[in-house]
Amino acid sequence: MTINRPMREEYDVAVIGAGPAGLAAASLAARAGLSTILLDENQGPGGQVWRGVTSTPVKETRLLGDDYWAGARLVEEVRASSAEILQGATVWSLDRHLEIGISMSGGSQFIRAGRVIIATGALERPFPISGWTLPGVMTAGAAQTALKSSGLIPDGRTVVAGQGPLFWLLTAQILRMGGHIDLVLDTTERRNYFRALPHAAGFLRSPYFLKGLAMMREVRSKVRVVSGVTKIAASGKDRIESVSYEVGGQSASVPADLLLLHQGVVPNVNLAMAAGVKHRWDEIQLCWSPILDANGGTSVEGIAIAGDGAGIAGALAAVERGRIAARAAVEALKPKAGAKVPDMQTLQADLAKAERGRTFLDVLFQPPRQFRIPQGDTIVCRCEEVTAQDILDSVAIGATGPNQLKAYRRTGMGPCQGRLCGLTVTELMAEARGKTPEEIGYYRLRAPVKPITLSELASLPKDENATKAVVRG
Amino acid sequence: MSVRADAIIVGGGIHGCSTALHLCLRGLRPVLIEKDYAGRHASGVNAGGVRQLARHVAEIPLSIRSMDLWEGIEELVGDDCSFDSHGQVLVAENDEELEACRARVADLNLRGFTHEELIDAKELRRLVPAVAETCPGGIVSRRDGAANPAQATTAFRRRAERLGTLVREGVEATTIRKDGTIWRVDAGGETYEAPVLVNAAGAWGARIAASLGEKVPVETVAPMLMITSRVPDFIKPVVILRGRKLSFKQFANGTVLIGGGHLATPYQDTGETVLDWSKLQESARTVWDLFPVMRNATIVRAWAGIEARTADDLPIIGPSAKHEGLFHQFGFSLHGFQLGPGTGAVMAELIATGNTNTPIDGLRIERFAS
Repeated sequence: MTINRPMREEYDVAVIGAGPAGLAAASLAARAGLSTILLDENQGPGGQVWRGVTSTPVKETRLLGDDYWAGARLVEEVRASSAEILQGATVWSLDRHLEIGISMSGGSQFIRAGRVIIATGALERPFPISGWTLPGVMTAGAAQTALKSSGLIPDGRTVVAGQGPLFWLLTAQILRMGGHIDLVLDTTERRNYFRALPHAAGFLRSPYFLKGLAMMREVRSKVRVVSGVTKIAASGKDRIESVSYEVGGQSASVPADLLLLHQGVVPNVNLAMAAGVKHRWDEIQLCWSPILDANGGTSVEGIAIAGDGAGIAGALAAVERGRIAARAAVEALKPKAGAKVPDMQTLQADLAKAERGRTFLDVLFQPPRQFRIPQGDTIVCRCEEVTAQDILDSVAIGATGPNQLKAYRRTGMGPCQGRLCGLTVTELMAEARGKTPEEIGYYRLRAPVKPITLSELASLPKDENATKAVVRG
Repeated sequence: MSVRADAIIVGGGIHGCSTALHLCLRGLRPVLIEKDYAGRHASGVNAGGVRQLARHVAEIPLSIRSMDLWEGIEELVGDDCSFDSHGQVLVAENDEELEACRARVADLNLRGFTHEELIDAKELRRLVPAVAETCPGGIVSRRDGAANPAQATTAFRRRAERLGTLVREGVEATTIRKDGTIWRVDAGGETYEAPVLVNAAGAWGARIAASLGEKVPVETVAPMLMITSRVPDFIKPVVILRGRKLSFKQFANGTVLIGGGHLATPYQDTGETVLDWSKLQESARTVWDLFPVMRNATIVRAWAGIEARTADDLPIIGPSAKHEGLFHQFGFSLHGFQLGPGTGAVMAELIATGNTNTPIDGLRIERFAS
């Protein structure tokens, strides 16, 4: 059921994020009879992949694809369950005591849970090219948000650049809705096709194989696609005016009003890291991933991670991971109720099926070095306007890692909390110092993981009893 | 394999780095051992207050000596450390608090200290126009200010290294022992040897002292801070409340730091802290009350740094009461940052000459001997 405020202060299970993993987790936990709350910062459920699934003005099913509408069925399932669904609720703090700070409708409050399932999904990987901070340059994901929630489509001269499964999906969605795209710049490295080949067997049996092929064919039939692009830059005076690119050593330039960038997604680690969950550098996906047991359990007792936040694997795997994490919570808190929900073996088998072929995609769409590790005066940290060269200069005089770099350049200390620069900074510093990203490390992240206003914080419970209820010894 | 040095400094906070720098200036070659990296804990993440205001009389001479060094910080470390000198103001919220301020300033004047100045409501409003109308006055220390703590600690480390300090970060000092007149410390597969050992290990300082037979009453604490997004300039000096736990500082880039000494739970062995949001909420309410302009500011981040607080809230500075060649410099009890430059100078003086002209008698470890 959808609620306005949490009905209690303590739950068996709190699920954070109402995308595929969160919806599946909340549904299963509630079905097993656990008191469950599903916290989501958006106005409606669905997360990014099913954004606006209950409210989108786009009603023609073909346009957004069958996979999108599968979300509606899962939302129905959760709404019919006893789980409390709290929309417009931003979780800004989580600690090892499983205390959760929530901000909503201008106020702030804490709840506690016996088990927390983080299902905060993925973020788009930064795409730091020259000119990426100009107005008119945006991520493809932001364009997708506008498309799903409001039916907005690009109309001016539009260039889409990058790579990855979602890159093709989004391009296809824009085109189906009558959006205009002039040029697609595909940055997939040609040698990756050979590198990925040994992993092709799994992918051929993946549910994504035929869909992916069809989508790429669809895009190519409607728009000019330039493949093997090795360099991209946006330029313009006050906003983007043109996009230049290189392919096979040849340069070209096209006028543009809009440049959509996307080179894959990476786990959204901020909440988990702030809670103290240990992460490792994923050498294939080139990002930080939480260290998890088979059921999504983290290094912090009681916190599990499901969905793309656990490592990128897509919506189908997210659903299964959500169920597995919830099933584990049931086994920990109310073992007898386990009979009411699918057993772990079945869920694990379903997950294995959903993850099939992932390595092929990860290797094929591994973003090229030059699009991850910028040079010269290309901006890395947008909040503080720090360039790649600034960072190299700081390394030269003694900055050894992202946290030390803060003392030199304030990188990662702005409102984005490193979401737009963190990976770039780690890889850039690792390369400059001849170390691995794992050795270089990442920003130490702290709550609030999403900014809250002073007034919101000040409105935490005022009377003594309410305060005691949220204070841990 | 052992590495010989003139002194071994354990701890890469602003104190260890400052002592290293000042030893180098005296022609000595120290090694500095830091288990994480310089400025990882309290020194790098404190509020950055450069304050003589409201200090215990026992540490005022040291604080004044430090202030002189802060005023020439760029020359000393080759970095401005973002030091500014807009004063620090202690705000009395009512007449009773103002009376206490008056008595404090009178007492300091009798002792010959003139850095704290009593101010009335009018001068308070002139210095801090945004403060609530009801506050009747307070105390100002006009030479005070603030610096960027991570930048400053890093700058001390860098300059110390450039002047000849062997900096060893990411290795823990273990098996500290004395053979004859030589201290030996193992760290990262090496053994370091020197006739002098400086214990500047912050929250870990009491463990080192205890392992060498000097037990001192120290607890590990983690004062919390939070910082807002940029807001229009509205306040220059650092503001401290007399009656409530709040300190307040707007940086040149517009961000506002809110502190005051509310504590998080430290987990010393992993270096982590868990914040107490009910206390940060109190700080938020106080700011909400006193600075209406801040009500819609956004809190971007909150954190806490691990440090040591002694039973009498004063640092432990000076030679060991037990071992020749051992010097303590820890336990700064939430107010050590400003003292960093001066204490390093005093320590180097003590080590090199056996004496110092800066009175530190009230700060020696003997005071805890029972």
